[in-house]
Amino acid sequence: MTSSYASQGLRESATFDRAVINDIQRAAETGIYDIRGWGAKRALPHFDDLLFLGASMSRYPLEGYREKCGTDVTLGGLNALEPIKLAIPITIAGMSFGALSANAKEALGRGATEAGTSTTTGDGGMTPEERGQSKNLVYQYLPSRYGMNPDDLRKADAIEIVLGQGAKPGGGGMLLGQKITERVAGMRTLPVGIDQRSASRHPDWTGPDDLAIKIAELREITDWRKPIYVKIGASRPYYDTALAVKSGADVVVLDGMQGGTAATQQVFIENVGIPILAAIGPAVQALQELGMHRKVQLIVSGGIRSGADVAKAIALGADAVAIGTAALIALGDNSPRYQAEYEKLGSAAGFYDDFQDGKDPAGITTQDPELASRLDPIEGGRRLANYLRVLTLEAQTIARACGKAHLHHLEPEDLVALTVEAAAMARVPLAGTSWIPGSTGY
Amino acid sequence: MTILSATLAPTQTVDLAASTVRELNAALHQAADATSWVVDNPAGAHNIAVGIDRELEVTVNGHVGYYFAGMHQRGKVTVHGSAGVGLAENIMSGTVHVTGDASQATGATGHGGLVIVDGNTGARCGISMKGVDIVVGGDIGHASAFMAQAGRLVVCGDAGEGLGDSIYEARIYVQGAVGSLGADCIEKPLRAEHLAELAELLLAAGRDDDPALFKRYGSARTLYHFAAANSHSY
Repeated sequence: MTSSYASQGLRESATFDRAVINDIQRAAETGIYDIRGWGAKRALPHFDDLLFLGASMSRYPLEGYREKCGTDVTLGGLNALEPIKLAIPITIAGMSFGALSANAKEALGRGATEAGTSTTTGDGGMTPEERGQSKNLVYQYLPSRYGMNPDDLRKADAIEIVLGQGAKPGGGGMLLGQKITERVAGMRTLPVGIDQRSASRHPDWTGPDDLAIKIAELREITDWRKPIYVKIGASRPYYDTALAVKSGADVVVLDGMQGGTAATQQVFIENVGIPILAAIGPAVQALQELGMHRKVQLIVSGGIRSGADVAKAIALGADAVAIGTAALIALGDNSPRYQAEYEKLGSAAGFYDDFQDGKDPAGITTQDPELASRLDPIEGGRRLANYLRVLTLEAQTIARACGKAHLHHLEPEDLVALTVEAAAMARVPLAGTSWIPGSTGY
Repeated sequence: MTILSATLAPTQTVDLAASTVRELNAALHQAADATSWVVDNPAGAHNIAVGIDRELEVTVNGHVGYYFAGMHQRGKVTVHGSAGVGLAENIMSGTVHVTGDASQATGATGHGGLVIVDGNTGARCGISMKGVDIVVGGDIGHASAFMAQAGRLVVCGDAGEGLGDSIYEARIYVQGAVGSLGADCIEKPLRAEHLAELAELLLAAGRDDDPALFKRYGSARTLYHFAAANSHSY
């Protein structure tokens, strides 16, 4: 379409493009901000702007089909009596029952378990479906404390204290009335059908000194058995990571602005926080300066799509990654199979982000029983496990090419950047040079 | 109480000058039901008696720090002294009683049970409460019952600024003055059923205040949906 208009000599404004015009006119009609799902959609410096160097004369590769490349990771061994041991360093990020259907949560648990990794609850508590199907389940401890109870805390394999998420650092949750069914409302102690607001600050602590006491409390309640993660939205990753470690976190989860959300103001999603590419370096630096790199594990998320992304995140210093949006896509989100139904909702396959409305044709971000029944949790689990296998195989392929016998042997020296921006953000040299803007001279 | 006492094993005393909080909590988590515990020399330590899920009677002689009796599930815990931030946070059931004052976030996010503070509490008393009952003998600070979802908050003294801001379905009873009401929190009529539940709560807290002297506050329910008309409140 654009090219046909352009061929007639018509010119679209780069500042006021059609999406912006739509935003302004929608605001003028409704008087309320736009709320949507998904993460930042704008173009951002990302893992695509990095390349691996591979092996040649000065380094030699591992034989792809004979020599092992390890993928396992242990999380939370610093203080927890029962650290989590995963077969692959790709975890499933926190997503709530409420935002997602019970079938979707079960599918995530099944897929993660089959692939040897963990899945994570979300704002709204733990469902029996996901506990039952998840060998390793991380229980989120959020400001709202919806559904929080000590029995579930003890049933969890790890506890993740959520300070923020990449899509909205500094923001609380929301779940619109369409999705507050009787079951969701019951789990959250809310009236059915209201537009739920979640607090953005924890009700009983502020700052790292309080957090240290809060972490100690959770350890005491669970008799020091469970790893304690601290999840932060990427904004000031150097200081936040250092303070999380100081507060006693076993694991830091760092979520970049490409990370998804079920419902957030669009202005928030697109304008607050930093890309994950820019966040890993400062976080790793903080861990290294404290002598805690690889002792306190770093899980990064926000836009992980392929094994290359996994390998790049790990090479930059992460111990593991988490996927959310990609996991939903693996289950069938935005599949062209539902094109006709997306069009009825005023959207299209590849564009659908109205997770807040609960009308998801793929049956994932909905509480409507008919829509939810479209997602078979067993088939969904199989698809997710397949996808996780591919991510792992792809990351191993790259690691072997770089001569690494374990994914964790990947290092920044294996990477170069394609753009000056990515070189500065990821702290690796611009390809063909030894220049890391901000770190080395010209 | 009498029956319980007759079947109690001899009271076990833990001196926190000699034992750690971790040792105390581990012992309480494994204690036999219907046992009685006395804790001496708490010295304001944090996280004392958290995560109790046994029918215990625990008495602490002295002041306690943050998160005393956090996530309490069963039994009765009493502090003869004052408590720090997050007293009985996320309590599920059972009773937690503080004879002195309590700091901020008393009973925060509590899902059930009863929290009694004979003295005053700081700010954010009953924040995000989800079914707990809280009875405060004295005053409470600002931003109390913020986003309170369910349960009852009884204040025999005064309440600070912004009481019940963004409140959902919790019910608040205040005998004294209210600094100001938060967004969407209004005074509501005190009907017979409210007088009855208030009398029960006061009795449970061992108080003899006259229920008729209290006022009731709750949600006007005008902020339950995002709407352009509410933008002044966001």
